[in-house]
Amino acid sequence: MDQAKLHQLAVTAAKGRLLAMEMVHTAASGHIGGSLSVMDALVELYFDVMRVDPANPKDPNRDRFVLSKGHCTPALYAVLAMRGYFPEEDIKLFRSITAHYSGHPDMVYVPGVDMSTGSLGQGISAAVGMALAGKVDKKDYRVYAALGDGEVEEGQVWEAAMAAAKYKLDNLCALVDVNGLQIDGKTADVMPSEPLDEKFKAFGWNVIPVDGHDFAQLEAAYAAAAAHKGAPTVLLAKTVKGKGVSFMENDAGWHGKAPNDEQYEKAMAELRDALAREEGK
Amino acid sequence: MGEKIATRAAYGEALVELAARDSQVVALDADLSSATMSKKFSQTYPDRFFNMGIAECNMMGVAAGLATCGKKPFASTFAMFAAGRAFEQVRNSIAYPRLNVKVVGSHGGLSVGEDGATHQCCEDFGLMRVVPNMLVCCPCDANEMKLAVNALAEYDGPAYLRLGRLAVETVTDAIPGYRFELGKGAVLRPGKDVTIVSVGMMVQMALQAAELLAGEGIDARVIDMHTIKPLDEELLIQAARETGAVVTTEEHNIIGGLGEAVAGCLAAACPVPVLRHGVEDTFGRSGKAPLVLEHYGLTPQAIAEKARKAVACKK
Ligand SMILES: Cc1ncc(C[n+]2csc(CCOP(=O)(O)OP(=O)(O)O)c2C)c(N)n1
Ligand SMILES: [Mg+2]
Repeated sequence: MDQAKLHQLAVTAAKGRLLAMEMVHTAASGHIGGSLSVMDALVELYFDVMRVDPANPKDPNRDRFVLSKGHCTPALYAVLAMRGYFPEEDIKLFRSITAHYSGHPDMVYVPGVDMSTGSLGQGISAAVGMALAGKVDKKDYRVYAALGDGEVEEGQVWEAAMAAAKYKLDNLCALVDVNGLQIDGKTADVMPSEPLDEKFKAFGWNVIPVDGHDFAQLEAAYAAAAAHKGAPTVLLAKTVKGKGVSFMENDAGWHGKAPNDEQYEKAMAELRDALAREEGK
Repeated sequence: MGEKIATRAAYGEALVELAARDSQVVALDADLSSATMSKKFSQTYPDRFFNMGIAECNMMGVAAGLATCGKKPFASTFAMFAAGRAFEQVRNSIAYPRLNVKVVGSHGGLSVGEDGATHQCCEDFGLMRVVPNMLVCCPCDANEMKLAVNALAEYDGPAYLRLGRLAVETVTDAIPGYRFELGKGAVLRPGKDVTIVSVGMMVQMALQAAELLAGEGIDARVIDMHTIKPLDEELLIQAARETGAVVTTEEHNIIGGLGEAVAGCLAAACPVPVLRHGVEDTFGRSGKAPLVLEHYGLTPQAIAEKARKAVACKK
């Protein structure tokens, strides 16, 4: 990947983390941990990989994205705002009764949201449907989805995985945000979902392990997915839940909790430093 | 004013107390034990707690299997996923074979607040009520919840129990003569002009509405119908006869829930005006819980308005 692009993506992700934190703090609720872990993957998709036009969010030929782990809306809305689907100031309205920036992605009201999600395990099925329609209509758009490593405990995820392999949906690329945590603790303790590589392989998928915070690796993996024919691809992205905020990293307690004012200032200071570091590079 | 406690908190405590007395009680959860409050049970009785992960349908099936072996499973998750996602497992693996599983749905209704429509289950009473063999219960406060958990443990059969997210005022402990029995409504306030039949968090609002109405000379009876099924028809018919008009109120779609249960009963046995108050066949939305409730008209004022209309219908 060329250095200028790499630099730009890192700066965008750093800004996205600030926006996500502001959203959750302003709303005094929301899911920050998984939003910080999936941010880099979403920035890579919306600012490098996906063929989309914010001025024409319903273009039938656009690439699609489904946030199957719908609770990580702060990451999605932040990225959509930065990409120009709606004004950045609107993030202040996240979860507010005065607007429609709902707690989980809402395709009816929020421009750029391709599927309403929030009930885990369901988004990936919708993504399969979108990819299937693309095959039927012989269109060249691609469909992307992001899942959690807790979410894959849902049986529906594997029903979708079987269907995607059956219909050879090589226009579908899922990403599992493997941060090792869910709500009640470590995924390994609550309901071990590993080994995910062997599971997806057994279900007929092309599997690419990747560092979910490394843009060069993400770019290469998405390109490899697009080049792979005859089967869907899944990126198993190793990530850190709470990435970028020292006291939130790898702590299940920050799954769905908003920081208080003091914690917010501390988090924002760390995220602002990170942005300055990236900008200075 | 009673202390404010969420019914889910009372559930968590009652379950631990119950488990101390009954070694057959086991609990299951689906990665929401800190929200449903089954966490305390998991810490106190780790050998009798099963975290099934984010896999609600499987959890209900496993609970059914445990029940066939004499265990008394309490399987909890959000109402949306207990009654909604796992509906068919509950119907075919729990209710049909009449297994002794308590299906526990927390965060029922709009008072989920910020998480929004995907998590605001206003259909669970309906979903669970239409299934044969199911008992459907939603206590209004911490005191009633504890009594309900104990009664459900004694009750050998499938049941759905809804818990609420918000801390609510405890009212039933201060009502003279109040006693809890599954399938029997409780009259929390006498009255002769109109009857307000309420469930869950709307019970407190119904009592406030009755206060408002009293100021206008309307004497409203308030029934706490914690068990929606089987419905206390005797109490209802008596109330309809004596007051001549009925208002139902629930944190649920007006389709399928308490309102239709009451209307169905009275249409056959004692036709009087029955006005339903609740969520008007719409999805919820994100916002702070009190604002969401206000947005959808789940307020004492709106209940009082329905009661005025019901009284006017009598003439
Ligand atoms: C069907 C369903 N069950 C339960 C929940 C509640 N819930 C929201 S997030 C979450 C944990 C998700 O963990 P994971 O998929 O690992 O997400 P991440 O760590 O990326 O935040 C749960 C149980 C839900 N939204 N949907
Ligand atoms: Mg996770």
